[in-house]
Amino acid sequence: MSNVAIKVEDLSKLYRLGEIGTGTLSHDLNRAWARLRGKEDPSAIIGEANDRTAKGSSDFVWSLKDINFEVKQGEVLGIIGRNGAGKSTLLKILSKVTAPTTGRVKVRGRIASLLEVGTGFHPELTGRENIFLNGAILGMTKDEIRSKFDEIVDFSGVERYIDTPVKRYSSGMYVRLAFAVAAFLEPEILIVDEVLAVGDAEFQKKCLGRMKDVSVNDGRTVLFVSHNMGAVTALCDKALVMSNGLVAFDGAVNKGMDYYLKLGNNAASSKYINENPKENDLLSVDLLNTVGESSTSFYFSEEVVLKFKIVIRDTEKNFTLGFHIKDQTERKVFTSEINIKSIVSEPGVYAFQSIIPANVLTPNSYAPTVALHIPNVEIITIIEDKLMFEIEETGTELFQYAGTDYGCVFINCEWSKV
Amino acid sequence: MLSVVPPNPLSVQSVEVLNEVPRISPSTPPEADWSEVIQPHTRLFDLGLRDVWRYRDLVLLFVRRDFVSSYKQTILGPIWFFIQPLLTTITYMVVFGGIANLSTDGLPQLPFYLAGVTIWNYFAQTLTTVSTVFTTNAAIFGKVYFPRLTMPLSIVVSNLVRFGIQFALFLAVWGYYLVLGNSLHPNLYILLTPLLLVLMGLLGLGLGMIFSALTTKYRDLAMLLTFGVQLLMYATPVIYPLSKLPLKYKPFILANPLSAIVETFRFAFLGSGSFSWLALGYSAVVTLVVLVIGTVVFNKVEKSFTDTV
Repeated sequence: MSNVAIKVEDLSKLYRLGEIGTGTLSHDLNRAWARLRGKEDPSAIIGEANDRTAKGSSDFVWSLKDINFEVKQGEVLGIIGRNGAGKSTLLKILSKVTAPTTGRVKVRGRIASLLEVGTGFHPELTGRENIFLNGAILGMTKDEIRSKFDEIVDFSGVERYIDTPVKRYSSGMYVRLAFAVAAFLEPEILIVDEVLAVGDAEFQKKCLGRMKDVSVNDGRTVLFVSHNMGAVTALCDKALVMSNGLVAFDGAVNKGMDYYLKLGNNAASSKYINENPKENDLLSVDLLNTVGESSTSFYFSEEVVLKFKIVIRDTEKNFTLGFHIKDQTERKVFTSEINIKSIVSEPGVYAFQSIIPANVLTPNSYAPTVALHIPNVEIITIIEDKLMFEIEETGTELFQYAGTDYGCVFINCEWSKV
Repeated sequence: MLSVVPPNPLSVQSVEVLNEVPRISPSTPPEADWSEVIQPHTRLFDLGLRDVWRYRDLVLLFVRRDFVSSYKQTILGPIWFFIQPLLTTITYMVVFGGIANLSTDGLPQLPFYLAGVTIWNYFAQTLTTVSTVFTTNAAIFGKVYFPRLTMPLSIVVSNLVRFGIQFALFLAVWGYYLVLGNSLHPNLYILLTPLLLVLMGLLGLGLGMIFSALTTKYRDLAMLLTFGVQLLMYATPVIYPLSKLPLKYKPFILANPLSAIVETFRFAFLGSGSFSWLALGYSAVVTLVVLVIGTVVFNKVEKSFTDTV
């Protein structure tokens, strides 16, 4: 099983930013003229590494730059990376939706890609008709679909509605049917992009199972792109971490996960420094991991350390330092505080730290709001929306529910059979 | 800015060709073993027609989808296919026949206009639908690969079926006039009808593909096309017979490859007008050229259009 199924060689993709409109014609003529004289494409020379946060100096950006990797037959490769790292571009090239600017991809076997479920579903057509249409779009012949039709319907669990136009389906049923068609594709290489973020938990589990099946039992190669770290660890043998259009890591999935978490450290949201502190004030806040490194992404099983620095001159006042944590939906998760007066008796600069225990916050992103205040009297400083950290899904049992709201704290309740 | 600069020796731009050590591992099979190579440029005439053949089921499913979806939730359903040419013909009878008094070469107005409208619609519909194929299908083209040519091909087939239905209407009217009077003089050239349809369809397909490729970048052409098709109809003997054309305009109208096709169609069924192998041959050559250009351009654009649409 050491045969290479996909070999990517120096793959790059150049994108033009901004509006394409006025000036395209002259620009095109310019390029054509340059090509005619055998010179290099004038627009290809510029361009820079893809970093969506930094403002580029040109209109051209390398969404992928000289990517090289190999995927062996029967391997399940997880492709991870932050938004805009180039994952989707890579998938688009591999699934032949768009052509690369330079470089090549050599492939052995038929590729089927699922960048979206239900591509080409027509709302007016019945479930049955859509199975055939969608199957054909994904590359199956009519006979292939016919032979698997019953299995597809069975897998989707919408048998009763198979002759109803899909516009009458609930969105869940729609997705089930769509995924079912895709699940019974029999390509040698399957490319899947985060399609599992939909559908109910039972169905998601079924899909993950089916994908595992495809790779383990049928020996097919699967490329899986997801933000759901749990699913990636559960499914994949290898991981490819992408960052700014480059392959940052290529190797075993666990190591890849570590790398990915480190990559996420963003100085901007792990640190806050008060530029002009008042007489009594908060000086800085740091988000640290247990080793003391500045970090914004943490394992579920890792503690989150908040480190505060404050300056206190009036030791008489009833200062209190506290923070609360909000989740993505602006829901306050909890509040925690400490009374400074009872600890500090001399004026000076003090450091405090607070540890959010491991295995409590469920995988999601959280924003701490920190305040130095005198309860019910005065707020000295409040820091909102400056800090942000992420708890990463790294294989909790709840990963199968990723994307759905199953609460923001995890309580390890005692379960027993009675 | 960059939190991590990954070690990637290959990102160095100035790697000399000589320095490039072959990175082929022992397990890598010889070149010929790859079933597919995805690369930026393919040869101009690498049209992937074999791929299209493999996806032939898809073409038919698209055709089916077009039909089923177009008259679901309508009361009259497929009858609409009759109403449209019929109303157009009646309008022409009133405006061009009645008010403007244009000649119909001594033929009854109804079959004369209907013949023109039926075959013209086939061309016009094909052209306009094919020309928007990238913009209307951007969503699906952006998500999944299948040979893009299947889409325009399915449009041609859809329109051919639609033409078939409208042609049946024409045949009914034609039969009626044939039995009741002797104003129509059909002849053996009727046997050329399939050829005419193929030419008409391929010309619509070829032109449509050229436009579709260009509209991905320059949307202006979509505007141009909508009235361009209308103007083109007046430059084709659809509502007037070629024979009554003033001599000074004749070369222009004859330069239009559609003229010979429409004229032959009407000559074969109605017996008026003219027929010339030369004119038809000219149409065939133009069709072929347009089709080849269209296919090549289409294939070139399909690789990159997702980035511009």
